[in-house]
Amino acid sequence: MNVISGRIPLQYHAPATLKDAVNLLANSKGKTQILAGGTDLLVRMRTGFSEPDNIIDVKHISPMCKISRDGKGFSIGAAVSSAEMSENAALLKAWPGVVEAAALIGSTQVQGRATIAGNLCNASPAADSVPAMVAAGARALIRGPKGKRKVAVEKFCKGPGKTVLKKGELVEAILLPEKPARTGDAYLRFIPRTEMDIAVVGAGVCVTLDSKGVCTAARVSLGAIAPTVLLDARAARTLVGTSLDDPALDALAAACSAAARPIDDKRGTKEFRIHVAGVLARRAAIIARDRALGKS
Amino acid sequence: MNFQAGKDTLKRKFDTVGTRTPRPDGLDKVTGRAQFGADLTAPGMLWGMILRSPHAHARIKSIDTSKAEAVNGVHAVVTSRDFGPCPDDVLDIRENVMARGKVLYDGHAVAAVAATSRSAARQALKLIKVDYKVLPHVTDVDEAMKPSAPILNRKLFTKGLDKTPRKPSNIAERFEFGHGDVEAGMKQADLVIERTFKTEATHQGYIEPNACLANMGSDGRADLWCCTQGHFMVRQVCSALLGMDASALRVTASEIGGGFGGKTTVFVEPVALALSLKASRPVKIVMSRSEVLRASGPTSSTSIDVRIGMKKDGTITAGDATLRYQGGAFPGSAVPYGAMAAFACYDLKAVRAVGYDVIANRPKQAAYRAPGAPMAAYAVESVVDELCKELNLDPLDVRLKNASSDGSKASYGPNFDVIGLRATLEAAKAHPHYKARLKPNQGRGVACGFWFNFGGETSVSLNVSADGTIGLSVGTPDIGGSRASIGNMAAEELGVPHDKVRCIIADTASLGYNDVTDGSRVTFASGLAAINAARDAIGKMCERAAGIWGIPVDAVTWEDGAARPSSPNAGNHEPLTLADIAAQAGATGGPISGHCEINAEGAGVSFATHLVDTEVDPDTGYVKILRYTVFQDAGKAIHPSYVEGQFQGGAVQGIGWALNEEYIYGEDGKLQNPGFLDYRIPVASDLPMIDAVIVEVPNPGHPYGVRGVGETSIVPPLAAISNSVSSAAGVRMTQLPMSPPRLLKALGRI
Amino acid sequence: MFQIHVSTSINGDDTEFSCEADETLLDVLRDRLGLTGSKEGCGTGDCGACSVIVDGRLVCSCLMLGAEAQGREIETIEGMANGSELHPLQQKFLDHAALQCGVCTPGFLVAAKSLLERNDNPTEEEVRYWLAGNLCRCTGYDKIVRAVLDTAKEMRKSPKTKKTAAKKRVKA
Repeated sequence: MNVISGRIPLQYHAPATLKDAVNLLANSKGKTQILAGGTDLLVRMRTGFSEPDNIIDVKHISPMCKISRDGKGFSIGAAVSSAEMSENAALLKAWPGVVEAAALIGSTQVQGRATIAGNLCNASPAADSVPAMVAAGARALIRGPKGKRKVAVEKFCKGPGKTVLKKGELVEAILLPEKPARTGDAYLRFIPRTEMDIAVVGAGVCVTLDSKGVCTAARVSLGAIAPTVLLDARAARTLVGTSLDDPALDALAAACSAAARPIDDKRGTKEFRIHVAGVLARRAAIIARDRALGKS
Repeated sequence: MNFQAGKDTLKRKFDTVGTRTPRPDGLDKVTGRAQFGADLTAPGMLWGMILRSPHAHARIKSIDTSKAEAVNGVHAVVTSRDFGPCPDDVLDIRENVMARGKVLYDGHAVAAVAATSRSAARQALKLIKVDYKVLPHVTDVDEAMKPSAPILNRKLFTKGLDKTPRKPSNIAERFEFGHGDVEAGMKQADLVIERTFKTEATHQGYIEPNACLANMGSDGRADLWCCTQGHFMVRQVCSALLGMDASALRVTASEIGGGFGGKTTVFVEPVALALSLKASRPVKIVMSRSEVLRASGPTSSTSIDVRIGMKKDGTITAGDATLRYQGGAFPGSAVPYGAMAAFACYDLKAVRAVGYDVIANRPKQAAYRAPGAPMAAYAVESVVDELCKELNLDPLDVRLKNASSDGSKASYGPNFDVIGLRATLEAAKAHPHYKARLKPNQGRGVACGFWFNFGGETSVSLNVSADGTIGLSVGTPDIGGSRASIGNMAAEELGVPHDKVRCIIADTASLGYNDVTDGSRVTFASGLAAINAARDAIGKMCERAAGIWGIPVDAVTWEDGAARPSSPNAGNHEPLTLADIAAQAGATGGPISGHCEINAEGAGVSFATHLVDTEVDPDTGYVKILRYTVFQDAGKAIHPSYVEGQFQGGAVQGIGWALNEEYIYGEDGKLQNPGFLDYRIPVASDLPMIDAVIVEVPNPGHPYGVRGVGETSIVPPLAAISNSVSSAAGVRMTQLPMSPPRLLKALGRI
Repeated sequence: MFQIHVSTSINGDDTEFSCEADETLLDVLRDRLGLTGSKEGCGTGDCGACSVIVDGRLVCSCLMLGAEAQGREIETIEGMANGSELHPLQQKFLDHAALQCGVCTPGFLVAAKSLLERNDNPTEEEVRYWLAGNLCRCTGYDKIVRAVLDTAKEMRKSPKTKKTAAKKRVKA
C-alpha cells in the first residue's frame, strides 16, 4: 500500500561508521541530507522546502555522538545535542558563551536534539551557535572521500544555505581550542520574546586579558546582520589595548553598528538590527570581560 | 480574593456553586485519552488535503485535476464545481471554503483530494494544474478604502449610506451609533485630544488545528465529527452547502482544543463531506498550522480615529470615533461591535461611533474573543489615558467619575441594567498593585473593557436514572470547563452532590438546536437551561411524590434534594429523596426527565478593569510584563477556578496582541509568518503570574446571577499595556503590536 | 520494499511497526499505533504538544523520524499514570485547574515530568523557561506553573511518590 506513482520514496540510512556514511554520501543519487538532530531538516521537509531522496542518520556513528578532550582542545561530535553540551561541566567551564548559545536554540525539546554542527551546516545567518563558535575560534572538522580537513567556522558558510562542503563531505565534529588563560567568551542575541524565536541580531565576543586586565586579544562576531555570520576585526581592535572601559565599549558598539549590513524582514528592520548589533556587542563584551576576570 | 458588591450580592447560599470541583473531563485530558478533532479514525478512511492559492488575488483561468486523479491511492478530487447552488446566507462561506472563479487571498482553497495516505494526497496536490491570471491586490485597510484600490468584488456597493453609490468599492457597509450633540460637547471641553491608531490582524491561535472526519453515503446521509464551537451551526451550514436535509447530517462535537471564536464557522468540514460523498469512503482533513494561519479566520486589522473632550475636573464632554476594519475578502467584519463597544464604559451626553466594514485580500475574518471590541477599547482608552496625563488626573478617578452605571444610557442605544464597572474600578483602586512603587523605565497602565454577552437559542435535556444519578445533555461544546459549571448548577438546583451529575455534549440528532458556544453565553444560557430543566424534573418528581403520598402536588415542595410535604397540613410523610423517587419511577409513571428549550435573554453585560506594569529596555525596545491584575465582574462565579482561567487567558492573549502578534504580509500579498515560529504568541517565560480578582455583581437575568466571563478579559489589555508602555517609554504609542523595532523607533533611538 | 521495520519500546511495551521513511515519530504514534495522546499543534517543533521522552530526553515527536525510534525507549503521555494511579503532576493539574481546552496538556505534563526528574526544586523562572516550548493559549500559564511548582513541593515532601516516579522511569 501507499505506493505513489511518479516518485521513488525517500530512503533512510543509518550507517554505523563514518566511512560508510561518507561512501553513502559520495555515491548516493539525487538529493542527500545528513540527519543529526533533525530540528531544521524535518521542519524544511514538513514545510515543503526540502524534498531529499536520501537521509543519512549519523547518530549510530559512535565517535560522532561524543564530546572528547585532548591536550589541544574539545571535539564536539556532530551528533551531540545542545542539551548534552550543557551537561558537560568541563566544556561549560571553558566556553560558557558557546554552550549558552547552543542552549538558546529553540525549546528544551529542540535542545534535546539540535546540534551545533547542524546549526552550522544549515548556514543561516541567524544561527545562534555560530557567532559564539566564531568568537571562540572554533573549526569544523570535515570528513570526505579524500579524507579530513579543517575549516574555520567563520569561513564555513558562503551565503544563506550555502557551505564549503563538497559532494561526499560531512562535518564530523566541531573543534574548540583549549581556552587561553584569562579568557572569557559570551554570546547574546535579541529576540522579541524570551524564548522560541530566531535571533533578530546576535553578537559573540571573546576576550583575553593580561594580568592587569588589559585586553590582549579579542574576537567579535555578529549574526543576522549580513548573509553570513561576520567576524569583525575592526570591532575587535576597539577592545585590544583597553580594559574594556566605557569609551572602549562605546567604540565597540559603534564599530559593530558600522559593520552591520542587514536587511529588513519580518523579524526586524535594517535600522533596528544596526542599532541593536552595537547594543548587544557591548553587553556581551562586559560578560566576556567579567568571565576573563573570573568574576562569573 | 473575592470582592463582594454589598447589597447587590444575592442572598442565596449555595452548596456546589462557587466551589472548585474537579472537572468531569479532567481525567481524560491528563491521560491523553480525550478525543479531539484529529484523533478519530474510521475503517477505510482516506486523508483529505487542500490545494491553496499562492496568490493574493487572481482569476482562475482553468483547473486540470486529471493527473492528480490518476495517482495511485487517490479516490476523489473536488473543486468549486462540486458545490452546487446554495441559499444566499451561505454564499460567502461556499466561496470561502472553495474558490470559485477568483482566488481572493493567499491560502484560498482551490481544490482538494482524498487518498489512502497523506503522501499520496500530497503528491496529488502537486499534480493539480491551476492556470491563474494574477490581479492587483490590497491588504491594508486604509489602502483598500481608496477609490484607486483594486476592487475585489464588482458587485459590492456600500450599504448604510444615504444613497447607495453607483460605483463598486471595497467598503461593504457603514454603521453609526451614538446620541447627543458631539460638536457641542467638544466645545464644552477644556482639552480635546484626537489621535489615529492602527492595529494589525491577529489570530486566535488555538493550539488544535481545525480537523474533521466526514462519512457520507450515496443515500445522502452523513456523519461528521469535528472540533467546533457549534456543531448545530456546522450542521446548518454544511447541509445547506451540500444540498442535504439538515437532519440527514449528524454532527458530533469532538473535544475542542481551543477556539476563542475561530471555530464558530466552517472551513474544512464541507470539503471533507464533498470528498467523502465522491469517494464513498470516510475522509479526514486536518489543517496544518500554516493552513490555519493562512486560511482560517483571523481578526480584522484596523485603523481608528478617536477624539475625546474633557474638562479640567475629568468630566468627559463628548466622544467621537471612526473605525475602519478590514475583515478579509468578504463582508462581515466585527466593526459594528467595535463601534458599539468603543464608548460603552462611559456615561456620555454626546457620543458618536462610525464604523466601516472593508474587504481586502486577506482570509475571511472570524470571531476572536469579544470580536471587534479590543481594538476599539485600545483607541478610546489610549486617548482617555492621554487626557488624564495632560490634565494631571488619576486615571482610575477619571474613569470612576465618568463610568457607566445602573440605568446609564449606553453609547450604543439601550439603558444598562445592574452593572459592575464601578465595582471593578473600586476593587482596582483598593488593590495593593495600584499603590506599588515603580522604578525607572517602568510604567503602569490602566484600562477598562466591556462586552455585551449573549444568551441565544439553547436546548438542554436532563435524565434521572433509576439509581438517582443524573445524565445532563447540553448542546454547547465545552471549550473551557463548561461541563463542570453547567453540571454544578444542575446539581445545585436538584440538591444532589456534583459527582452525581454527568454532563455531556450531545450530538445534533439527540438534542434540540443550540446556538454556537460564543458570546460568553454558555455558562449563562446553558446554565440557565440546565437549571430550568432541573426545575422541570423537580416538578415531575414532586408529582410522583404527591401520587405516592396521595396528596395534591401543590402540597409538595422540593428542598435539599428531596420532596417534602410543604406544611404540616399536608400530612406527616418522610421526605422522598431524588434517589427514592427515581427508584420507583417505573411504577409511578415511567422515566423522569427534565427539559428546557429557550431563547435566553438577559445575559447581562460585563465589564473589567486591568492594571499592568511594564518595563521598557530603552536600548532595544524590549518590553517586559512585570505585574498584571485583572478585576472583572463575573456576576456569580459558578466555578471560580475556571472564571480565573478565563480572566488570565484573555489577559495573556491581549499581551500577545499588544506586543508581538501580527499578520505580516509581503508586498506580494503573501503571508510572511504562517507558523508559531514567527506568529509569536506569548510563551511561559514571557509572563508573570496573572492575578485574577473576581468581582461579583449578580446579573438579575440569571437565577444564580451569572454573567458570561469569557470575552471581556481580552478587551482592556491592548490599551492597558499601551498606556503602561507609553508611560514607561515617555512616548505615546499609537500602533499595535508594539514590537521592539516600532518602539525603538518611537523612542527616537533609530 | 519502501517501508522500514522498526523495533522499539513504548511506555515499557516492546513495540514493532513499519513506516515510510518520511513519517515522523508523531505520525507513527498517532496513525499507526493509535496513541493519539500526543498532539500535533504545529508540526515544526514550535508548540510542544507532541512532547515525548526518548531515552530519557525530552523531544518533540514531530521533529524525529519514526525510523529513528529503532532500539530507543520512548515514553508518551499514555504511559505517565501507573494504571489507575495518576502521576502527581496529573493530579496537580486537575487540582489547580491547570487546563482549559486540554489539547496542550499532554505535552505540558510530559515536559514537566522531564523537568522534575532533573530538578526536584525548580524556581518559578526555571519552570517557565523549561516549559517555554510548550504553548498554551487558554490559561496564560499561571495555573500550569503553579501546578508544577506545587507538584515539586509535594514530591520533595513525600519521598515515596518520588521513588515511585523514579522506579517507573527505570521500568519505562
